[in-house]
Amino acid sequence: MKNKILLISLILFICFCLVVLFKGLNNSNVYIPDTTNKIVKEFKSRSLFSDNEISSEKILVNSDYYILNIWASWCGPCRKEHPKLMELSKNSSVKLIGINYRDNFKNAKNFIKKFGNPYSFIFVDTNGIISIELGAYGVPETIIVNKDKKIIKKFVGSLDDKSLKEINSILK
Amino acid sequence: MKILKLLLIIIVFIANFAKVNSTENKDDLVNKISKNIRCLICQGQSIYDSQSDFSISMRLLIKKKIEEGLNEKEIYDFLKDKYGDWISYEPEFNKKTFILWILPILLFIIGGAILFNRLFVKKY
Repeated sequence: MKNKILLISLILFICFCLVVLFKGLNNSNVYIPDTTNKIVKEFKSRSLFSDNEISSEKILVNSDYYILNIWASWCGPCRKEHPKLMELSKNSSVKLIGINYRDNFKNAKNFIKKFGNPYSFIFVDTNGIISIELGAYGVPETIIVNKDKKIIKKFVGSLDDKSLKEINSILK
Repeated sequence: MKILKLLLIIIVFIANFAKVNSTENKDDLVNKISKNIRCLICQGQSIYDSQSDFSISMRLLIKKKIEEGLNEKEIYDFLKDKYGDWISYEPEFNKKTFILWILPILLFIIGGAILFNRLFVKKY
């Protein structure tokens, strides 16, 4: 009797482990921590188009919302999302700020020249530290920030129609 | 005499250990922390092992934070604040992770108790 209970318990335990394992296999392996309501701390860097170092505090002003977009000329998905950013830049209630991640200046400038400039300012993030301090993984990444510099929403990867719709609903 | 030799070995060992610790420079600390930080885009690797852009930037950030005067714990706290507890290979003991920490100890104690019971108690 005692052995039977032990055996049943063992089988139940193995079944439980298998259920947990198979459930886990269906989960996405992309881990996105919740950064909502976190404050964007001041950072300093030079602009893509000038050598002067400037503080983010001077750029994140006079707007209800800011969109921080981390991009690079070498990044394929950034090219794909660029038309969406151009579309977003038409919205006057938002200020689009670019963070050029680990890029070559010349290539980054050519990228903007070729595809258009949706940004009101572009910070250069030569070594990627600014992006990491913002809690980014890589490129492209888009962070919506309100006037109190609080992160409202973060989009990892290229922006698509769905995310654009979501951004527009936030900005309304 | 043997005890004296043993004592001498222990003293030399402790002295060397202290010396190694005191000369641990910034790069050593960067490496130490990097080995314990998970690369989020190349899972299964630490940022020390990975050569991805994310890992390179992360290592530079850790170095910058050390230069700013942050200690090891403060750097871990900073990274956990940005990327969550999952970023560290050594999760902290809290209400979310207590099972992870306690379960092996519990299993060890229960297993030990069963073994003890089988081997000794039943004999007498």
